[in-house]
Amino acid sequence: MAANTEITGAARSRAATLRILPPGLYAGRASKVLERSLLVSKKMWLVFLSGIVEPAVYLLAFQIGFGRLVTEVVGPGGEVMSYAAFVAPALMMASAMNGAVYDATFNVFFKIRHARTYEGMLATPVGPVDIAMGEISWSMLRGGLYAVAFLAIMTLLGLSGSPWVVLLVPVALLVAFTFAALGMACVTFIRTVSQFDYIQLAVMPLFLFSATFYPLSVYPEPLRPVVQLSPLYHGIELARELSVGVVEPAMLGHVGYLAALAALGLWVTSRRLAGLLLR
Amino acid sequence: MAAVGERSAREPSPLVSAKALVKRFGEFEAVRGIDVEVVKGEAFGFLGPNGAGKSSAMRMVGCVSPRSDGDLRVLDMDPQVDGPSIRARLGVVPQEDNLDTELSIRQNLQVYGRYFGLSRAHVRAKATELMEFAQLTERADDEVDTLSGGMKRRLTIARSLVNDPDLLLLDEPTTGLDPQARHLLWDRLFRLKQLGVTLLITTHYMDEAEQLCDRLVIMDNGRIVAEGSPPELIACYSSREVLELRFAPGESGDVASTVDGLADRVEVLPDRVLLYTENGEAALSATHARGVRPLSCLVRRSTLEDVFLRLTGRTLVD
Ligand SMILES: Nc1ncnc2c1ncn2[C@@H]1O[C@H](COP(=O)(O)OP(=O)(O)OP(=O)(O)O)[C@@H](O)[C@H]1O
Ligand SMILES: [Mg+2]
Repeated sequence: MAANTEITGAARSRAATLRILPPGLYAGRASKVLERSLLVSKKMWLVFLSGIVEPAVYLLAFQIGFGRLVTEVVGPGGEVMSYAAFVAPALMMASAMNGAVYDATFNVFFKIRHARTYEGMLATPVGPVDIAMGEISWSMLRGGLYAVAFLAIMTLLGLSGSPWVVLLVPVALLVAFTFAALGMACVTFIRTVSQFDYIQLAVMPLFLFSATFYPLSVYPEPLRPVVQLSPLYHGIELARELSVGVVEPAMLGHVGYLAALAALGLWVTSRRLAGLLLR
Repeated sequence: MAAVGERSAREPSPLVSAKALVKRFGEFEAVRGIDVEVVKGEAFGFLGPNGAGKSSAMRMVGCVSPRSDGDLRVLDMDPQVDGPSIRARLGVVPQEDNLDTELSIRQNLQVYGRYFGLSRAHVRAKATELMEFAQLTERADDEVDTLSGGMKRRLTIARSLVNDPDLLLLDEPTTGLDPQARHLLWDRLFRLKQLGVTLLITTHYMDEAEQLCDRLVIMDNGRIVAEGSPPELIACYSSREVLELRFAPGESGDVASTVDGLADRVEVLPDRVLLYTENGEAALSATHARGVRPLSCLVRRSTLEDVFLRLTGRTLVD
């Protein structure tokens, strides 16, 4: 009975996917691609550890450093909050972004250009859309894991004031998925390791200028639309508002923007993988 | 309607059917309109030199390379539309191994089985069975990169069987295997064939083609130049026997005119002269009588190599 529902569910989602992509590129096996990554990851716990330590160090720096200088800021909804509590949700989103981008770029590049991993997969029913979805989901989980660890540290330091912070986890997953999809799409265009500098070149300003360390109102008027192009900005806005329990209709816009970019990344990745590997 | 039913009842539709199949890479035509039909249960071969288009053809059949022109049906489906369903029933041994270097040998087999949607319990048992088959049981938990080239090849072949395929695509399966492993593999492939598995094999080795293939095509420059069973091809394009005269490199050219008329056909290679004749021993006496003194001589039966030389003017393996 349960198996039956699973099949119809898969068939339905498959039919939906087929409409926007050429036939034969999706087999409903993305979960098997994800399963492989989970198996491989068991050997990589050290990498995870390092990914969690970095944002935690940032947070400590803000707590004991900046926190003394800038004691209070006006947060979402006009509430006055400590600077560390203002920055913490933003850093949590940044760690989700970093985890996802790292995985979706370096690891995927290795698999496309050197390991022929995907060529092996493509000889089975697995198609490029399955690969894209499986790998992006894995990168999302990795980014999400970093974010959860970060949230735990936030809580330990007393920076997660309201129970609302639980909602930051799904936001972090959305941010991670979007950046994984965009990162993987970009990496399909990369040919040499040195071109990774371009990705670093994109990620660094995103981290610094997505209203991470000060609110959008601080930026000069003409620059604000530019900041608003950043997917991280939308993730940070969502996270910051939810962290103090502010819920407003504009949030739908943030979610929509992130979801649209995620879909775009997934689509480009699938097309590029098909073009690169199914020649 | 009735007529169609009758026809399909008598001759089942072929597993692979290509008509005027073309593969282009940009301007370049790698496969230039080939017609191929592979029926259930047979072992079908593509024999040809480097660059003939064998792998390009195989990849189209394997649904990992869209055709540029012509018709192709595999397992009675269209690769462009039903790729996943077709691949679910294929076993593929690519020319270059693409094992998962981040997984152990056992995991390679298990994870691959999972891509086919097989249950964990099933792939666990299957992996054990296939490692036995590939003689890799002792290395089960080693990394792939620690295997020798031949062992990797055996693992790739084992991996292709994880889904109990109906059609097995083998692109130069025995390249890199030692003679013992090659013979073992031939034996295994023969047994698979007896179990009803259809085989599609590409190879450079005519002994492999003669051993394994019921029927084969000889490809050159993207085209099929001959088709038939190995004995048919030999009977059609070569003589019963061949007298092979070996010379120091460069000296064979002078002999060509001396042996003129002693055989149905004479091929002059840099280090050898081949005389195609029904009676090799008679031709040998005749060449001696004319004063030809080769380094060594040999009378043998014709092989596919001779057929290939006749059709393309080239030797298959240099
Ligand atoms: N992806 C590609 N892009 C451009 N040209 C290609 C590509 N793949 C193959 N070719 C060309 O197509 C021709 C046929 O190649 P193919 O690999 O099918 O030959 P083959 O018969 O398998 O040769 P071999 O015995 O060396 O494996 C070659 O000239 C090759 O250079
Ligand atoms: Mg080849």
